[in-house]
Amino acid sequence: MDKKVLIDCRDVSLGYEGQALWEHLSFQVKSGDYLCIVGENGSGKSTLLRSLLGLMRPMAGTIEMDRRLRAGAIGYLPQQTRAQRDFPATVTEVVLSGFLSSKGLKFFYTPAEKSQALMHMGKMGILELKDRCYRELSGGQQQRVLLSRALCAAGELLILDEPVTGLDPAAAQDLYRTLHYLNSKEGLAIVMVTHDMQNALRYGTSILHAGHRQWFFGTAEEYLLSPYGKRFGGDRS
Amino acid sequence: MSILLEMFTYPFIVRAFVVGILVSLCASLLGVPLVLKRYSMIGDGLSHVSFGALAIAMACGWAPLPVSIPVVMLAALLLLRMTERKSMGADAAIAVTSASALAIGVIVTSLTTGMTTDVDSYMFGSILALDRSDVVLSVGLSAAVLVLFVLFYHRLFAITFDESFSRATGVKVGLYNTLLSVLTALTIVLGMRLMGAMLISSLVIFPALSAMRILKSFRGVVLCAGVLSVVCFCVGLTASYLLSTPVGATVVIANLMVFLACCLIAGIRRRA
Repeated sequence: MDKKVLIDCRDVSLGYEGQALWEHLSFQVKSGDYLCIVGENGSGKSTLLRSLLGLMRPMAGTIEMDRRLRAGAIGYLPQQTRAQRDFPATVTEVVLSGFLSSKGLKFFYTPAEKSQALMHMGKMGILELKDRCYRELSGGQQQRVLLSRALCAAGELLILDEPVTGLDPAAAQDLYRTLHYLNSKEGLAIVMVTHDMQNALRYGTSILHAGHRQWFFGTAEEYLLSPYGKRFGGDRS
Repeated sequence: MSILLEMFTYPFIVRAFVVGILVSLCASLLGVPLVLKRYSMIGDGLSHVSFGALAIAMACGWAPLPVSIPVVMLAALLLLRMTERKSMGADAAIAVTSASALAIGVIVTSLTTGMTTDVDSYMFGSILALDRSDVVLSVGLSAAVLVLFVLFYHRLFAITFDESFSRATGVKVGLYNTLLSVLTALTIVLGMRLMGAMLISSLVIFPALSAMRILKSFRGVVLCAGVLSVVCFCVGLTASYLLSTPVGATVVIANLMVFLACCLIAGIRRRA
């Protein structure tokens, strides 16, 4: 069965003010893929994420998204900001805000959306927290709330920006297991920027490594055999 | 009791109640996203710009509101841009803008009319400043602010809670930030005559802060801020009538009391 191509990046250059961070970048994300973007700080991982989300135009080349994704139906899990940590909002309020992308000019949530939000919260195991205040939750619970919100926005693709940063090891493992479940059982494609090489290699089906102006794209096995992988993933073999 | 009833026989006090209740309601609603987005200083900056605009209008003999509304809206957009471009020290930029606007206002007035009671009433508010046209304008604009706030409530929540997520899912964040600051500008210009340029920003900030101490949901905070703000205004205005104190300052003190009470409640709850 041919998998649907969700993101098709062709010969793309990205950067700021003429300074390219990525050159001639080509890769594809198909439905059901689990792509981990790895590399040092400042190598352009966040820049790539921004252009995948349509917040930045590539300097050259084209990024083609599947038509449904372009309408804003991307589930995005951004890095947490400090302002959110003391924000007065209930879990339900946060999760429901994931539906705004698809609302067009409608102003209020429909009953169908409300029950779907409850379903996503149930799937993430936070249903009993639904009336709790977001700022009183643990880091792992907050990440689950944001993940439920992302699920409300997206059916096919989740984009995550360093999701385990600031989580304790147990909560991080929990999150990886949840993502694995969403990827393998619900068929959600996942694109994740991460520093956690071990888990990237464990769960990811493909790896995109950002070096300075160079890059590697391939399966996790291919990556381990490449010069990049030998340097960074060596402790696994 | 009779003294309270007697209060409402003065048409200027009735006008102050109408305008004040509407303005404090609008200010407190807008205040919740502003405070949470760390934009509190914008309100303060705008009120000073508004004072400068009023001083110039008065010196030239123009009607105050038609001059200051566009000027303050423009300033609101400018301050918003400064705040969004985080690199250049937004808080410093706002502080500089507001001090400059205040200085221009003071120089213009001292060169023309001098520091009269008019100027004093712009600085610290006056219950006598409102005429019939102010009331009509306030009712219209407040209605617009309230309708827009209710319609865009969920979007305002989303961009307040998480701008990058909203942007990524296709919500026009820039548009709603602009909407927020334009509505704030309108509210501040309207409230300034009554509350004074130096004190109006407290109407934006205090109710949101108080409500955030004691409530946990965004909707709860918004509703509570609105109620607290209106109650504080009514209490403040009545107290200012009974004690013959300036209305703006009295309303601010009422807000301060409520804020302290909310802090106390939050503290007791944490102990228990």
